[in-house]
Amino acid sequence: MPRPMTITEKILAAHAGLDEVEPGQLINCALDIVLANDVTAPIAIREFRRTGLEKVWDAEKIALVPDHYTPNKDIKSAEQAKVMRDFVNEQGITHYYEIGCMGVEHALLPEQGVVGAGDVIIGADSHTCTYGALGAFATGVGSTDAAAGMATGEAWFKVPASIKFVVTGELGPWVSGKDLILHIIGMIGVDGALYQAMEFTGPTVEALGMDDRMTVCNMAIEAGGKSGIIAVDDTTRAYLDGRAERPWTEYFSDPDAEYARVIEIDASQLKPTVSFPHLPSNTRLAEDSRDVWVDQVVIGSCTNGRIEDMRIAAEVLKGRKVHENIRLIIIPATQEIYRQAMHEGLFDIFLDANAAVSTPTCGPCLGGHMGILAAGERAVATTNRNFVGRMGDPTSEVYLSSPAVAAATAVAGHIAVPEDLE
Amino acid sequence: MKFHGTAHKYGRDIDTDVIIPARYLTTSVPEELAKHCMEDLDPEFVNKIEFGDILVAEENFGCGSSREHAPISIKAAGISVVIAKSFARIFYRNAINTGLAIMESEEAVDGISDGDEVEVDADAGVIVNVTKGETYRAQPFPPFVKDIIEKGGLIEAVKEKVAAHGD
Repeated sequence: MPRPMTITEKILAAHAGLDEVEPGQLINCALDIVLANDVTAPIAIREFRRTGLEKVWDAEKIALVPDHYTPNKDIKSAEQAKVMRDFVNEQGITHYYEIGCMGVEHALLPEQGVVGAGDVIIGADSHTCTYGALGAFATGVGSTDAAAGMATGEAWFKVPASIKFVVTGELGPWVSGKDLILHIIGMIGVDGALYQAMEFTGPTVEALGMDDRMTVCNMAIEAGGKSGIIAVDDTTRAYLDGRAERPWTEYFSDPDAEYARVIEIDASQLKPTVSFPHLPSNTRLAEDSRDVWVDQVVIGSCTNGRIEDMRIAAEVLKGRKVHENIRLIIIPATQEIYRQAMHEGLFDIFLDANAAVSTPTCGPCLGGHMGILAAGERAVATTNRNFVGRMGDPTSEVYLSSPAVAAATAVAGHIAVPEDLE
Repeated sequence: MKFHGTAHKYGRDIDTDVIIPARYLTTSVPEELAKHCMEDLDPEFVNKIEFGDILVAEENFGCGSSREHAPISIKAAGISVVIAKSFARIFYRNAINTGLAIMESEEAVDGISDGDEVEVDADAGVIVNVTKGETYRAQPFPPFVKDIIEKGGLIEAVKEKVAAHGD
């Protein structure tokens, strides 16, 4: 009998061709998908060329998504996107998404069924950990790791120890997966899960929809985590069914698996939460932050640009106007979400409220384009990072929140919760 | 590998957005990236360092994005080695893979002050503070990681593997 293992250890063992693995062990894993974007792919392609190989390991298992500076904001970014596009054509890479089909990568790949349960995925983007929501092991790497993955179909890993989060209790009104993960990061700190896998369990997690689960796993990296993961259940199966391109495999942690830590959270005590500048761990309650007046609100990104996020924003904005001192920018994360939001009439609500609605892009989240902040300006954003200069000038500030708090803030002009609105 | 230079010391959680702000990620040319290294944390950084100088920081150095532009810009700016109490994991991999020397040592970070003259023997894992006359030990790399470093980075290791499989 192999030793009792966590879900993460089981997935890694299976992909390393081993019966068992233990934390700290260095292993070589077969990869199911290798991902890069318009910022990281150019370096990955340059490094791939250095291997001397003419062809990538498998043109159907590489996903390249031009989402960061696209539609291209300037000549330099257009050149970078072109390097990627030329490589796609040369290699016959199948999972490429041109503008018009493109979406923010971590919303797009699950939606299109490219990633599935039981997979091992590396992505040259730190928020690759999002796919843990599907019961996969997914982790962010740099361009050179992605290049080696494109060349060989393998990557080396140190098997991470796991932290188990047991979340119980019903979420209160306007409390979401975003509030849960911000609360966790505030509790353990930005390196609280360094080198470790974050396994989210318990009735509250099981009650979350897929969009919220992806938000939770997306921000594992903001606690320093190597990955975030939620085991497959009927919600996952319903999502994967008819969507997954490949058969998926379900893994579950053994009851006696070993964890570095077990952290219990009573989610019924959570309230809408905001991360103040300049770290995601700098959390406070939204209701205690009403004195923070802001200039811009961004609703979107790989963290909170999915259809549920659009619906919540619309619910808060319906029949209301954006405050006169605020620019509200809403960015559905994929074309499909964009179309769905349009069909549901959400765009009318957004436009009636005087919001700007954009085609999918990472844009403002990383200070790329589509909503850059001037010196001293403040934004509330449903994104994932609020480091110095993240959305623009080094003296600007970003406050992270859920879509509900972001939408309420857009109406109130200062950080607010939906209950504050008339 | 041996290094010798002046230490430039910073705090904890130095993130990749301040190491190289995203507004410069429209290029991957090392010399271009080097001009903006650490700009949002210390605009004078690139002016005050000399080739071979040593970057010292507290915990969780390089947290945030996976951008390899971060270790590339540090290396191209002239920094020979980064010594920190701990590194964010993607940065750790990226540094190993791209050949930026890094060392983990709590005692060195606690002992070294900004401006100290420091000598490093990376192979032996020994850090000498010439200014204060102190010697510190760094955490040794696992053999697997050491192997990548010795080969000259991950791509060199892959090339070797490809050549072995190719025949």
